[in-house]
Amino acid sequence: MGQIHLEKVRKTFGDVVIIPELDLKIEDGEFVVFVGPSGCGKSTLLRLIAGLEDVTSGEIMIDGAQATALPPAKRGLAMVFQSYALYPHMSVRKNIAFPLKMAGMDKAEIDRRVDYAAKTLNLDAYIDRRPAQLSGGQRQRVAIGRAIVREPAAFLFDEPLSNLDAALRVGMRLEISELHQRLKTTMIYVTHDQVEAMTMADKIVVLRAGKIEQVGTPLELYTNPQNTFVAGFIGSPRMNLLSGAEAEKYGAATIGIRPEHLRLSTTEGDWTGTVKVSEHLGSDTFLHVETPVHDEPITVRADGEFPIHAGDTVYLSPQQDKLHRFNAEGLSIR
Amino acid sequence: MATLHTKTAARAMMAPAVIVLLIWMAVPLAMTLYFSTLNYTLYNPISQPFVGFDNYSYFLADPTFLAALVNTLVLVVGVLAITVIGGILVALLLDQDFYGVNIVRLLVIAPFFVMPTVAALVWKNMMMNPVYGVIGQFLTAIGLTPIDWMTEVPLLSIIIIVAWQWLPFATLILLTSLQSLSADQKEAAEMDGAGALSIFWYITLPHMSRAITVVILIQTIFLLSIFAEILVTTQGGPGSQSTNITYLVAQQATSYGDIGAASAGGIVAVVLANIVAIFLVRLIGKNLDA
Repeated sequence: MGQIHLEKVRKTFGDVVIIPELDLKIEDGEFVVFVGPSGCGKSTLLRLIAGLEDVTSGEIMIDGAQATALPPAKRGLAMVFQSYALYPHMSVRKNIAFPLKMAGMDKAEIDRRVDYAAKTLNLDAYIDRRPAQLSGGQRQRVAIGRAIVREPAAFLFDEPLSNLDAALRVGMRLEISELHQRLKTTMIYVTHDQVEAMTMADKIVVLRAGKIEQVGTPLELYTNPQNTFVAGFIGSPRMNLLSGAEAEKYGAATIGIRPEHLRLSTTEGDWTGTVKVSEHLGSDTFLHVETPVHDEPITVRADGEFPIHAGDTVYLSPQQDKLHRFNAEGLSIR
Repeated sequence: MATLHTKTAARAMMAPAVIVLLIWMAVPLAMTLYFSTLNYTLYNPISQPFVGFDNYSYFLADPTFLAALVNTLVLVVGVLAITVIGGILVALLLDQDFYGVNIVRLLVIAPFFVMPTVAALVWKNMMMNPVYGVIGQFLTAIGLTPIDWMTEVPLLSIIIIVAWQWLPFATLILLTSLQSLSADQKEAAEMDGAGALSIFWYITLPHMSRAITVVILIQTIFLLSIFAEILVTTQGGPGSQSTNITYLVAQQATSYGDIGAASAGGIVAVVLANIVAIFLVRLIGKNLDA
């Protein structure tokens, strides 16, 4: 079980409001990702759930029971820290066994669980090493091992992959997703990387300045962003957001069109522009096109072998059914 | 960049310091060794016959020597125990955030800047004097008989004075170590279900082990040669109850004028210090490895 409900949760540090009143329901077994730019309060929200910070007002319910005033250890949650927070003077085995030892479990059961966790995470070979003798990815796995042996109601991940290099990050992303498939335990994952959010989440919570901007599945957020912030934040490269005369043609204050939803042609189209920069990624080519309709270059995705270079003239036409319209408050017009 | 040229230059630059240091250490050591084989007294300095190891057998056979050896060890161990345990407690306290913590930190460190002689005299006359000392007055005020510290418990008095002087040093080193412990580790332990005591025992104390080792090693070097505090308070007495090896050596030279025996005692002290050093490094030196 791992159902977490936040009701009217508020957090302030002195006069600074980190999280204005917020409600959120996380169902059992869900993989929920909190995503947002740095300083949006996503880590604070996670720490509130963990119990490492006290809520200023509001309630936190775990599995229907009041948990607002419970100390972290009593909430039945396990956390993986950004820095891993391994105990440097203990071997991998002792690190993983620590929460069980604190729970007063008997030796044989501890050994059984630690061995099982080590096997699951491919840590057998390093079981007697100290954290300092491990690589970043191995440390990460030890931190996860220390979390899973407790068989918690939910896992909390605080930007766990940000200290890893790009290749390792993709691998660990997959491992964490597989772990979730296998354990089917609730996981709450904090990241500023929308790619991690899109690839891993069942449900994404987009936060800005402590406020929830939108909650939904990755595809919902991609196809139906509720406002310009979510529209600009989800998707890579970013959605092009145009305002002014061009938007008024569509009866909106701002229109948004993703780079992959612009038709590109060298002969005809709605908007004329000059290619400023072209980024060849192999599979795709991203063009930054300067046009009279927008003061910033518009990003367009083209095929990998699209024969185009800086300085060339191109024509762009938005796919009408993939166009997003937003009103003056930045909210989506349906 | 460590090219051959820069290495040679570095050696040339270091040479004066190394040579001076070598002379300053080697010459007194050689002279002490030489004097320790002579029957050299200040009462008859003209005649200095060679006597071999007689000075050593005289010094080692002196019953005061054994007492001084025991006193030295008790003094070192006693002060270490008080400063390390007290230092950990004070450091834990100063690591908390409370109003005026900066001023309190400054006050705690202050004793380290007081000269040993001054500190010992202040303790002897203003704190421990049974009639007008603060402790005596306090005991009298609550109706108890004041203790005459310097005659009743001379060694304990010196331990208290020296511990008071060294507590700031231990506190300072342990506090910096404590402040380098990452908050994440404590929070992780907290989430793992460790209470305050368990966090201290399993996380904080192992983290501080290196700093504790440094405190023990450095303090031992200085505590083996405590002298001023004894000279201005008990003068080693009553009898030899508060005489340590250093004081005994000085006594041989100044009170009895026996330079030969004092030199032999000095060499014995050097050997003992080395035994203690080897013992300590074997015992706790591994904590210093990364």
